[in-house]
Amino acid sequence: MTSPASTDRVPPQLSAAARPAPGPAADEGLARRLRALACTAPLHDLDARKVNLAGEYSVYGMAEVALAAIDLVTLNMDFDTGADHEQIVARLIPRIAAQAPQRPTGEHERVARWVLENLINVGSVDRGFRAVYGTFGPDGTYVRRDYDFKLIEEVPGPGGTVYLRTTDEAVNVLVGALDTDVTSAQIAAEVKLEVLINRGRLADAQLAAEQARYRTVQYSETLRRALEATRRNVRAVDWLNSVPDMIAEALDHVADRYRHENAILTNIRKARDETEEPEHKRRAAELVDIVKDCIRRHTQLQSRLLEAGPLFRAEQDRQAFATPATTSGTDLYGHLVAPVLPLPLEQAIRVTDAFFAQGTGLRTPVSVRVADLVDILLTPPVEREHLGAEMPEPDLIATPDDSRFSEEQLVAATELLDLPADAPRRLSGLLAEARRTGDPDLAYLVALLAVHAASPAVGTAYRQGEEKLLFAVDDGTELDDPEFGGADLIVGTALLDAAGMAADRTEAA
Amino acid sequence: MTEHVDWSEPEPAAAPAGASLTPADAADAARLVAFGLQPKVQPARDQEYTELLRRYREDPAFARLADAVAAGLGLVVLEVSPRAGMAVTAAEDSLFAVRMGDYARRTAADSGDRFLHGLAHLAAAALAFPRPEDLADDSYIGRVTVNGVDAFVRQACRRLEERAEQQGENTDPATDAPGLEAAWRIWARRSATGATKDARRPAASTTGIVAKALVFLTDSGFLQRTGDDGGGTYRTTARYQLQVRDMAGAAAMAELLDLGIVPVTDGTASLLPAEDTEDLELVADAGLPFHS
Repeated sequence: MTSPASTDRVPPQLSAAARPAPGPAADEGLARRLRALACTAPLHDLDARKVNLAGEYSVYGMAEVALAAIDLVTLNMDFDTGADHEQIVARLIPRIAAQAPQRPTGEHERVARWVLENLINVGSVDRGFRAVYGTFGPDGTYVRRDYDFKLIEEVPGPGGTVYLRTTDEAVNVLVGALDTDVTSAQIAAEVKLEVLINRGRLADAQLAAEQARYRTVQYSETLRRALEATRRNVRAVDWLNSVPDMIAEALDHVADRYRHENAILTNIRKARDETEEPEHKRRAAELVDIVKDCIRRHTQLQSRLLEAGPLFRAEQDRQAFATPATTSGTDLYGHLVAPVLPLPLEQAIRVTDAFFAQGTGLRTPVSVRVADLVDILLTPPVEREHLGAEMPEPDLIATPDDSRFSEEQLVAATELLDLPADAPRRLSGLLAEARRTGDPDLAYLVALLAVHAASPAVGTAYRQGEEKLLFAVDDGTELDDPEFGGADLIVGTALLDAAGMAADRTEAA
Repeated sequence: MTEHVDWSEPEPAAAPAGASLTPADAADAARLVAFGLQPKVQPARDQEYTELLRRYREDPAFARLADAVAAGLGLVVLEVSPRAGMAVTAAEDSLFAVRMGDYARRTAADSGDRFLHGLAHLAAAALAFPRPEDLADDSYIGRVTVNGVDAFVRQACRRLEERAEQQGENTDPATDAPGLEAAWRIWARRSATGATKDARRPAASTTGIVAKALVFLTDSGFLQRTGDDGGGTYRTTARYQLQVRDMAGAAAMAELLDLGIVPVTDGTASLLPAEDTEDLELVADAGLPFHS
């Protein structure tokens, strides 16, 4: 990465002249490029090191697997967490298997894990990479510097699980052009996608759709950061103007994208169904998946945006409305943490050491008697309980059946209301028939069911794929009955197109 | 902080009671100090402890005796009250003091690790008492989570990184002078967590370091574990507040002043990003412990 070491004893003016454009600005650009170059080094390194692995691994293109892994992690990064380690391994295997189909699956998995672990750099304490590069300081001295970076980092998820996230460096390595204005880039990508679909060029459309999804991920990532900052800081954040503006903007954005992507979805579906060519059909089907994923991410983003307001109010209550204390003590963050962090390590450590020495309290020294020591050393280790404590047998109490109507009554009422689709009946007639059975409560149940049918649960029936649905309509006729008042409803059964609905549902899912 | 009274000097006010002190009283005073050495024992749960505390507060001679026992053992008495009990802590170089080398083995060789462990404790306190009022208010109970502490330090580091970037500084340290690396980089560089074989946090990750600090503070009777959310949720005890307010905060401040750094704030909470709202979209990975 630096110039060869053999050029010793070069006259200083010559080396200065050799620099393309002397001055700190040029050097800074060089440093930036050196850092960018360093980010690719771990990938090249994989291919260079595969010969050292026990076994014959040269058939595998490790850099290719690594880039695919970074792609997968980026695409699977969720709002809160990141990508699941095992899932990434599982999804990498098909590509690895394609590289060497005759090798056993176990080996493919080993390669996937090796690549992923090397991208995380599991062996090092920091789990990151370090590259050394040199720059000229303002006074002309040559300084070697360490550049630390990560490609895939592990972040804590809920319940102590660990997820993977790609770092900014990795995303920039992956697609250099990503480092642009998110909003405009996204709009551009979507316009492009629409045009491509209209012209039927699905191969390009898929590329554009995937790019749109990268942008979507990046956009939600930016917003996630902003929202979490808002959550933490009540007074530092301008809740009068800038934050509501930002949230409104983001909501507009989500609404806009949602509309847009639904339109695209409809278009692609059309393309998928109309096209004759199987290749086009497959491409379009993949596109449908990608766009659906985009929509899912937008929905997630939107729900986050809606949480921001209540969160702020809760924090406001907690922080701002409490009575101020009279004494003002040490402001631990402002007086200690904030000034310490920018200090050089040698100085900062003095402060943290002082805090540690005085802030940890006391430990009573342990002294062991020899007699106890023998016992301790001879005690066999306690077997770890894998299953936990035994569950006590639950003591169940039978609750009395306090239902208003019995099962038999329900069956009888359902039978009564099981009307043919072409012959609706009046409620009064149904009540009369119910009374004829001799059960006085049955009429009540029938009346209740009929009233309930006045607002039939069409949505539920649709989702569950019911074939028919009970409904009731009021045509203005008054009910003349000794027990009930109101309208003499017309009760009937509507037949539903179950097959058509099922087809619709699979479409929408 | 209660100053230890020089008990060899006779004091006229307490003369009648002081004259009648017996070895049994000394034993009682020592027992009270022994209770103080078990920070997890709560005064309200132990009748003898409560009784001794009452005696300390009502009998000045007994109080001075207990203070003297504590001082002789190398302990500093922070407060004696029903809520905090006999709150004692180790004096510098005391037998009871916690040494960094015993606390974490790696810190002896690696100054970066040593800093991380120290900062974890400082950050935990800063997050437990985010505002100066919280530290001053005796009835305040702070809450911290492992992930919350890590996230908040990372956020601060990120802001420094961005500021350096804006000013066009190159923060990459010189290869041969690791001691000159800016402190925030050490934390930012260390990974937050990692996958291990037995599904535990890697001890060298920042969440591992924070978790170790919080567990240690729990053993010191400074925190109480309340749940598993956010990597482990804890609430503070009266003792922790005293320890941070009277001992640790002052000691760290003195060290900082010694370095020639005089932090000036206006007494309001500063656990916030800088006032300009430009920061808004830049701050990353913040997470209040109160909402995890």
